[in-house]
Amino acid sequence: MRRSFGLEIGTGLFVLLGIAAVIFLATQTTNLEALNAGATYEVNASFTNVGGLNAGAPVTLAGVKIGQVTGIRLDMQSLQAVVTMRISKRFDRIPADSTAAIETQGLLGDQYVGIIPGGSLDSLKGGDTIHFTQPAIVLEKLINQVMANFASPGGKN
Amino acid sequence: MALIQQQVLRRGRTGLAAFGAAWLFFFRVLALLPRAFMRPLLVVEQVYALGNRTVPLVGLAGFFIGLVLALQLYGVLGRFGAASMLGPIIAITVLRELGPVITALLYAGRGGTALASEIGLMRATEQLSAMEMMAVDPVRRIIAPRFAGGIIAVPILNLLFDVVALFGAWMIAILAMHMDQGVFWGNMQASVGFMDDLVNGIIKSFIFGLAVNLVAVFEGFTAQSTAGGVARATTRTVVIASLAIFALDFVATAFMYQGV
Repeated sequence: MRRSFGLEIGTGLFVLLGIAAVIFLATQTTNLEALNAGATYEVNASFTNVGGLNAGAPVTLAGVKIGQVTGIRLDMQSLQAVVTMRISKRFDRIPADSTAAIETQGLLGDQYVGIIPGGSLDSLKGGDTIHFTQPAIVLEKLINQVMANFASPGGKN
Repeated sequence: MALIQQQVLRRGRTGLAAFGAAWLFFFRVLALLPRAFMRPLLVVEQVYALGNRTVPLVGLAGFFIGLVLALQLYGVLGRFGAASMLGPIIAITVLRELGPVITALLYAGRGGTALASEIGLMRATEQLSAMEMMAVDPVRRIIAPRFAGGIIAVPILNLLFDVVALFGAWMIAILAMHMDQGVFWGNMQASVGFMDDLVNGIIKSFIFGLAVNLVAVFEGFTAQSTAGGVARATTRTVVIASLAIFALDFVATAFMYQGV
């Protein structure tokens, strides 16, 4: 009996360790916590071009992550991309006239949504739309323009 | 020429027959699995023997792999000014691939061989036949609890491997290279998916556990009743299980990460 008792404790510990490992991995290493951070609110913003933005991309304000992109769809009326963002309730004092811009981490990095705060006293609420937006800058287009300016002698410069 | 052809055909036929027999055996064990849990102590004993006893091996291996990964990647990523991506890259490689695959390989060497040789020796010493004489189904009494214990143990071992490997990487990144804690964990959380990476890794590990344990109990159960037969069963367990792990890993990856 004594032997099987120790054996059962050992096995129980082993299984408990496994469960602890799942909890540790899920909360410490994955985006589960960010998704389920309970209190969040959703805002939308329309862009003329989202570039390489993906669902799951971070939403930042002054470089600090405040939420993430949950969906991108095409609005057939305005032919613009509507980006849905989920922002943590902790950040509920974002001025309603803020600007949403699609920015790039580094020269070739991932794209994310940067919120540039406005001056309004009203705050964004769940379901609101951010009216001022800046589309993604497509690097290839920029390079093309520069190259075109260089190439044609009759160019602007 | 005709002789070679005959040989190849014969080999192919016996190989195919063994493959089919393994599947039949698999279903036979599966059907008896619920019965195995009617006597939980038998399963607990096997989880202990196959799982607990493999923890030091898997833990140490994971720790060193974490250390090496972090050392290598820190240098390479640093060259591109992307050292901040160290956390996510290590987490994704460990959770998706290295954890399940290396854990299963180590388990095949530690638990799989033990299973095959134990069951093979039971066969060689006619303990299995004795059980049949007493109207005790050896598949139910011997194989099913071992199989159940094995498939419980492997995913848990995989999770422990993951944690220890990340701990090793953390030690190199934070303690040795003085990376920022927040960058390491924050970037990891930003780009590692719960379903994509963690859950898929666990599913992989479960599949590998099924394969390794099936190979082990099948090889042991069908071993020839000689000393050489037991030795061959043990060797074949490691060889077949390792190859099965790599092949299944490819298949699982192809299905899981089509567009990711």
